[in-house]
Amino acid sequence: MILLDRVSKTYSKGGKPSLDRISLHVDPNEFVILVGASGAGKTTLMRLLTREERQTSGKIIIGGIDFDKLKDKEIPLLRRKIGVVFQDFKLLPNKTIFENVSFALEMVGMSSHEIRNTVPKVLDIVNLKGKENSMPMELSGGERQRVAIARAIVRQPKILIADEPTGNLDPKHAWDVIKILEKINRYGTTVLLTTHNQEIVNRLKRRVVTIKDGKILSDRANASYKI
Amino acid sequence: MSGKRQLITLRRIVKNGLVNFIRNLSLAIAAVAIMVVTLTIVLFSVVINDTFNHTINQITSKIDVSVYLNDNVTKAQGEKLVSELKQLPAVASVSYLSKDQVLKNYLQQNASNKQLILAVQEAGNPLPATIIIKPANLNNLSQIKSFLSKPSVTALQSDPPSYSGQQKEAIDRITHATNLLQRIGFFAVIIFAVVSVLIIFNTIQMAIFNRRDEIHIMRLLGAGTGYIRGPFIVESITYGMLAALISILIINSAFQASSSTLQASSLGLLDIGYASHFFTSHFWFLLLMQLGLGIVIGAVSSMIATRRYLKFKTR
Repeated sequence: MILLDRVSKTYSKGGKPSLDRISLHVDPNEFVILVGASGAGKTTLMRLLTREERQTSGKIIIGGIDFDKLKDKEIPLLRRKIGVVFQDFKLLPNKTIFENVSFALEMVGMSSHEIRNTVPKVLDIVNLKGKENSMPMELSGGERQRVAIARAIVRQPKILIADEPTGNLDPKHAWDVIKILEKINRYGTTVLLTTHNQEIVNRLKRRVVTIKDGKILSDRANASYKI
Repeated sequence: MSGKRQLITLRRIVKNGLVNFIRNLSLAIAAVAIMVVTLTIVLFSVVINDTFNHTINQITSKIDVSVYLNDNVTKAQGEKLVSELKQLPAVASVSYLSKDQVLKNYLQQNASNKQLILAVQEAGNPLPATIIIKPANLNNLSQIKSFLSKPSVTALQSDPPSYSGQQKEAIDRITHATNLLQRIGFFAVIIFAVVSVLIIFNTIQMAIFNRRDEIHIMRLLGAGTGYIRGPFIVESITYGMLAALISILIINSAFQASSSTLQASSLGLLDIGYASHFFTSHFWFLLLMQLGLGIVIGAVSSMIATRRYLKFKTR
């Protein structure tokens, strides 16, 4: 589902690489946790996967899309296949919760009728039923992050990338968010989660890939947190 | 993407553009205002241009060459002269007025001057039979002149022909002045069009700046460039259409105001009656022209603005 082959990313010419020959293979329906201290290169990796950045060298193939052959105007098509949850939620502050989710469907040309059917179901999955008409400002951090998850999964992506989705949340809300990610994974979505929350990693008991200084330090199944 | 989805997307783009237009109204006012000025100048120029042309045509059609015949010229001689004149390429039309017709016209023209009429009647029709020649081209009278100055032809004439020569000079001056006005109008249109494009460009740029977070999020969620750009283009096309309608309204009410307040239907060279008639009879054409122009100005400026600031960039 996700294939990285000796991927490097250097921001400034001749500088220290943020990612150094990373190779990673993620199977469909896997749940992979990416751990590492700040600056280890987790976010750079996420940005490469959504093509916010271009790799300096190496090969990336996601869901059959070879990034070397991806033209700029095809980037939207790639991003529609991947659901992304951002650490800072990235919700639109002047739109309601319903609109924040529906707008991901509007841009792909789904009919208003379908949208009215789909959005409440997804809000139900993330336990936000009844909050359709609230504004993001009225919600707690955990609720906002769940809106962001709803928006990421509403198009039923094969892959969900969650970059520190619990970073701004207290432990209870963080765990709510993780439970939703597990639920989505059970429905058949490949999940790639970055976090540096030790407790979450230890409780999840999933495959853990540890990154340090732009390199993969370890890649273990059923693992616990260790840097 | 299927056709139905494309249609839904197009509808959304238009809807979002209109919503943005309303939300941006304070920003949009400057853009609409300058566009109104531009389009009003365009419309005014078109109407005035046609009116001037009409006026010049009217004046030039009144220019002719009058040939005065001796009283002893027979009707047959007169008709021969007419048919000879008709064969000259420089002649547009020829008409023959007998002594009686000339007198009748003269009496009609001076009906109010009783003394003059009495004097003419006492003299027993002193007026000559006249041939009136309409030249095909005012600037090319030499052929007619040389024909009329042949000895065989001058022998038939009582007086030298009258050429309305001074009128031609006046017409030349008018034509010169209107050409100048047309040129000034043309440059004014260009300057204001450029200024409108710049202002709309700025407005859209500002709108893009105001919505940069939203645009960034849309990008990350996989919105296509068209889906992001579309509403901005729709928004500025709306400026153009609104400005077109306002410019039509302005000119329309200007004509209405002038026709109701001005007793005379003409201001010097400017025949307001005709201009107003031209405006009403070409209303739909002018409306379409204004809308088309507004749409083009709006679309072009927003396309440049969005092209520059919404480019897809990956490092």
